[in-house]
Amino acid sequence: MSELPAASSDPIVDIHDVYQSFGKVEVLKGISLSVPKGGVVCIIGPSGSGKSTLLRCINGLVPIDRGSIRVAKFDVHKLLTDQEKIALRKEVSIVFQQYNLFPHKTAIENVMMAPIHVLRENKDEVRVRAVALLKKVGLSEKADVYPGELSGGQQQRVAIARSLAMRPEVMLFDEVTAALDPETVKEVLNTIRALAQEGMTCMLVTHEMRFARELADTVYFTDGGVIVESGPPADLFDRPVKERTRAFLSQIL
Amino acid sequence: MSAGGSDHAIRTRTLRWNEPLPQTTDLPVLLPAASHLAHAAAIERTAGAFTLRLRPAHGVALAVLFLIGCGWAEAQVQPGQPSIVETLWKWTPVLLRGFLFNLLISAVAMAAGTIVGLFLGFAQISLLPPVRKGAWLTTHFFRNAPWLVLLFYCMFLLPFQVRIFGVTIPIPDWLKATLGLALPVMANVSEIVRGAVQSIPTTQWESAASLAFNRRQTLWMIIFPQCIKRMLPPWMNLYAILTMSTVLVSIVGVNEMMSLTRQALSAENRPGLLLAFYSYVLFWFFLYCYPIARWTVRLEARYAVND
Repeated sequence: MSELPAASSDPIVDIHDVYQSFGKVEVLKGISLSVPKGGVVCIIGPSGSGKSTLLRCINGLVPIDRGSIRVAKFDVHKLLTDQEKIALRKEVSIVFQQYNLFPHKTAIENVMMAPIHVLRENKDEVRVRAVALLKKVGLSEKADVYPGELSGGQQQRVAIARSLAMRPEVMLFDEVTAALDPETVKEVLNTIRALAQEGMTCMLVTHEMRFARELADTVYFTDGGVIVESGPPADLFDRPVKERTRAFLSQIL
Repeated sequence: MSAGGSDHAIRTRTLRWNEPLPQTTDLPVLLPAASHLAHAAAIERTAGAFTLRLRPAHGVALAVLFLIGCGWAEAQVQPGQPSIVETLWKWTPVLLRGFLFNLLISAVAMAAGTIVGLFLGFAQISLLPPVRKGAWLTTHFFRNAPWLVLLFYCMFLLPFQVRIFGVTIPIPDWLKATLGLALPVMANVSEIVRGAVQSIPTTQWESAASLAFNRRQTLWMIIFPQCIKRMLPPWMNLYAILTMSTVLVSIVGVNEMMSLTRQALSAENRPGLLLAFYSYVLFWFFLYCYPIARWTVRLEARYAVND
């Protein structure tokens, strides 16, 4: 396993030797990686290699067996109470492959719900922010539309706006374009690109290799619950060292 | 029978009503029926009981039965006796008062059963094992006990009056009977709630958790609102079943439509009236329950599309 020194001296996400299993199935077998503030990290690899589980571990949705995960000021592996987990999730937001919008709420209500009820912020201020966020993801005119009437790409952009409304320090993207058709993939990727360029710390699990190459500072290739190889995209994509990486890339590039 | 025929005979087995239907068939001609039956079975599983399958034809059949009853009774009218329609008309105000009583019992039992059933349903998904198991046991005890037995328990175990701070409050029979009917309603509502909550995809919980909602907020603001439209059709179905079951309280001596019909018949003492009078009772229940059943079917169809 190779580990790059962090680009910044102060990583905002620091994962050390993490093990995780569902029953007898060991999903993560000693993962270590770190992300500097403002960094963009892509995790690639075959299905079942533990990529999505890793992201869920980072915001405490899935508990880990061993190792340590630190995000900003939180030691995620030590958080036990709901209050602690809630405090963490205000800092780290995740966007899912299947959008998971709340179907009984309009687009703007989806964006406004968590800031109002979780952060207990003023409703009018939240509305101003939600309008701005929907504008940012290019959906101003869809504010009062229910998720069922939106396309997949539009739903995913609402989901991104919903996550951003919590003003997180870190955004996690779990194969957010995997359920979309090629045309709508672009609109979602443009949104993420804009975020990354504004300096948001992003971790993406993705199968969009061109996007990973363009945007990532560091790309991690995982297989079988371990990081096989990592490095800047130019190195990992063009000059992979490990045989397993070469085999994987030759399959999909 | 040919060899192929006996081969089929081995594989063919009568399905019980609540068994899942096979998803495939080697007889393509059965496919349309299979999907229809699968849908009907799915509805019955959600409702936890047989659903009403009323069609306009049922109304016509009922009307025909009623007319035959009238005709038969009419034919037996002795000279000097009033005609059958006249007799029915004479008793109608009394019978309808009884029917309104049936409706009152059904409404009170449904309201009480629903309120307690909602709590019980949420207790069934509690994270505290004693609460969850207690609610499960209560639900299944009352859901699987015969309605009539519960009714008798309530009639004979509850006191006919209670004294609170020296004030004697009588408990009328009809209230006890209503409580007896509310118990199975409560248990069925509890199961409807549990089923609906568990039918919401886990990704909704995950999504809410990732946005830092706590469990109470998630249930109240995200899961339950999505459950309401899933709960409505089986709940209305339950109400229709309850309304028809209110005639059970005639057995324990409450003066509702069924008891009054019996009293009317014995007062008239004309055997020819039997069929006409009971058909007349059926007709009133049909008039009330049929629109509910049709509305339920419409709601089910609409929600199936929107989900």
